[in-house]
Amino acid sequence: MTFTAWIIVTAALVGLSCGLMGVFLILRKQAMMADAISHTVLLGIVVAYMVSQQITGMSMLIGGILAGLLTAFLVQSLHSMKVRHDASLGIVFTTLFAIGVILISTSVGNVHLDVQHALMGEITFIPFTTTYVPGLGDIPKATLLLMVVLLIVVFFIIVFYKEWKITSFDPVLAASLGLPVLLLHYLFMTLVSITTVASFDAVGAILVVAMLITPAATAYLWTDRLMLMLILSGGFGVLSAFIGYGIAAWLDTSISGAMALTTGLIFIVSFLSSPTHGLLSRWVKPKQLI
Amino acid sequence: MIVSNSIIQVEHLSAAYQKNTVLTDINFEVKAGTLTSIVGPNGAGKSTLIKTMLALHPTLTGKVSFFGKSFEKAKKQIGYVPQRGSVDWDFPTNALDVVTMGLYGKIGFFRIPMKKDKQKAFEALEKMGMSAYANRQISQLSGGQQQRVFLARALVQEADLYFMDEPLAGVDASTEKAIMAILEELKKQGKTVMVVHHDLQTVPEYFDHVLFLNHTVYAHGTVEETFTDSNIIKTYGGNMSWLREGDKNVVHTTS
Amino acid sequence: MWSILLHSNTIWVMLSTTILGIAAGVVGCLAYWKRQNLMSDALSHAALPGVVIAFLIIGEKNLLILVIGAAATSLVGALLIQWVTTSSRITEDTAMGIVLSVFYGFGVMLLSIANRSAGGNQSGLNNFIYGQAAAMVRSDVITMIVLAGFVIFLIAVIFKEWKLYLFDAGFAQGLGRSIKGMNTLYTIILVITIVIGIQAVGVILMAAMLIIPAVSSRYWTHSFKSMIWLSGIFGGMAGALGTWISATGSGLPTGPFIVIVSAGLFLIALLFGKEKGLIIHVLQFKSQQKQFTVRKKEVS
Repeated sequence: MTFTAWIIVTAALVGLSCGLMGVFLILRKQAMMADAISHTVLLGIVVAYMVSQQITGMSMLIGGILAGLLTAFLVQSLHSMKVRHDASLGIVFTTLFAIGVILISTSVGNVHLDVQHALMGEITFIPFTTTYVPGLGDIPKATLLLMVVLLIVVFFIIVFYKEWKITSFDPVLAASLGLPVLLLHYLFMTLVSITTVASFDAVGAILVVAMLITPAATAYLWTDRLMLMLILSGGFGVLSAFIGYGIAAWLDTSISGAMALTTGLIFIVSFLSSPTHGLLSRWVKPKQLI
Repeated sequence: MIVSNSIIQVEHLSAAYQKNTVLTDINFEVKAGTLTSIVGPNGAGKSTLIKTMLALHPTLTGKVSFFGKSFEKAKKQIGYVPQRGSVDWDFPTNALDVVTMGLYGKIGFFRIPMKKDKQKAFEALEKMGMSAYANRQISQLSGGQQQRVFLARALVQEADLYFMDEPLAGVDASTEKAIMAILEELKKQGKTVMVVHHDLQTVPEYFDHVLFLNHTVYAHGTVEETFTDSNIIKTYGGNMSWLREGDKNVVHTTS
Repeated sequence: MWSILLHSNTIWVMLSTTILGIAAGVVGCLAYWKRQNLMSDALSHAALPGVVIAFLIIGEKNLLILVIGAAATSLVGALLIQWVTTSSRITEDTAMGIVLSVFYGFGVMLLSIANRSAGGNQSGLNNFIYGQAAAMVRSDVITMIVLAGFVIFLIAVIFKEWKLYLFDAGFAQGLGRSIKGMNTLYTIILVITIVIGIQAVGVILMAAMLIIPAVSSRYWTHSFKSMIWLSGIFGGMAGALGTWISATGSGLPTGPFIVIVSAGLFLIALLFGKEKGLIIHVLQFKSQQKQFTVRKKEVS
């Protein structure tokens, strides 16, 4: 495949996994958790680097997942001490991120870890580090990682579909039925972290946040059915990857940035025109009734 | 101590929200097959009582047992209907699906709801007069219809003991009737129901037991014996006068 | 060690981060009671495209112009969040997440264009975006101080209106106060504070300047007035101490150290806070429990 094809495939994979996770994220009213985890993952990667003295997919993944879980745990703990949820989130992620930045600027030095790079992501470099997979040929490492992550995400969504649904809709009922609500919460946060870390190196933190929240919110404007919402959200994520690449190529600018912008453009179009929950529906519907 | 057919025993229960003690030394027992209304002024701790009993709110002191067992062990026999406002009705799902959720505990992990589960859920909706709305998105249901869905969800749990938090608040007259018919039916099946209730007027008509609560239990017993003017005045305090105007009982707040 | 302080630029930088900390602490209290803690995060990210556009237009780093650009897109972001939240089923936190990431993505796009066209000139721009207080010059500091002072003045001068508005907006309206006016003023104040802070701590950590001191102060007092005072003091302390620590080493970033100091003050408040601190809380719970056990024994 060409470089362009690999870039688009990688971004589409990000769009798909983030789109699926994002649906549950916003239904659980945890949208800003995406923002928090995508930032604290930096700390996890830095610490993983300090411990293992190398940047491999595995150490990064473990470091990032631990950082994500630590974030979820600290936010949960502060919240149980009566700090408001959004305030806990703001305190935890900025502090962990600050520690990450300090570690980078002091001990780790100027390796591959560049804060700016991590935040903006440079998907352009993805096709350069490839690995051989039997049957598929040489494929970029980041792409392979994202494929595995997508499989994991899909697997867990299917296996625990009804549990995600009930704990998102009515956690109190779930608890009174004897479901392990807290365990499921952390499992969910682990999945969000895995998705974030895998996408992080490929596309940067900000595009991860955009892909996690915006396509799911867009899908929420189109449907009242969970299954359809998942499909639409994944679809919007992939669509953003394609259109975003087109814009970036046309203007010769940051690919991740353009893809993030595209998720927003698709949202705005839906916000205005969705027949069920869009803005236009409010003006059009009453007329139809008359 | 007490040998009886009590299925709920609450001893010296107390609970607090930070500095404020909401429940103080609560003691009562509930017999099987009764329909009890929990009444009391605003802020008396009615919802907190239920939540504390169901381990959804931390206990300061005391203990609660159900069927002679701890809550953890009796969990499967207990159904809880929270206030309608406790969930987001914009959630993308339909009425039948919400009712099916009541079965998730029984269905267990790694299994999807089968046709017979859906059938059961549908029957519960039918009982609540909601079968026509099975596929309706929950955001498009009226308040009364949402409450009926909640009731149907509790019914499929097939519990022996139900706790309901203000099921009659803000619902239309027909929903109120439908809900009360179901409660009567549950009682006939020998099940026990405790309901947080806000409307004193309907207590004698709807319930057979009443529990007066204002941070602690003021009176508890059968409606005939316990639902008296003096208990009402005692519970609601001096600011409240309780008048019987013909057949109608009216509460006037002077504050 | 003290020689750092004598270094004249450090004093200027410290002065500006202190004032910034105070302003952010005070404004953070308003955001706390408006229940919009994370709004600052969304709006600081939304400032990025504005900064770059302003830079592309004037072609050099001039703080005031960049701040105006930043404020412009921040305000657009704030309006979009409000619009989407009030006219659809999208909740506020989701809307904030959308604005945050999409605006930032747009900013990154523009930045990549700016870096290409502006040659070597963009380093000042990157310092501005990711926060490098040490890179500030005297005129920057004066601009910051004037704007931060303006914000504090706006809060002090109609203090009781703020209190009423935050506590019970409906009642305030009944008294004939304009809620729309207060909302606009609140958004303007929030945006000004955020955009002047970006230079010192960067777009990502700016949120911490507003959130952490306000939450910390909540643990020490129940009074709104003392909360504002304390929050300002905590913010100022974090600004001063953080800048000082980062000045002791070379190339140490300012923003993260300010955040760490602030987080330290929060931990102290969480543990020892007089009104809601953990230790007080545990003691209260225990004494209540004891009280009941004693009473029970008396009864039996």
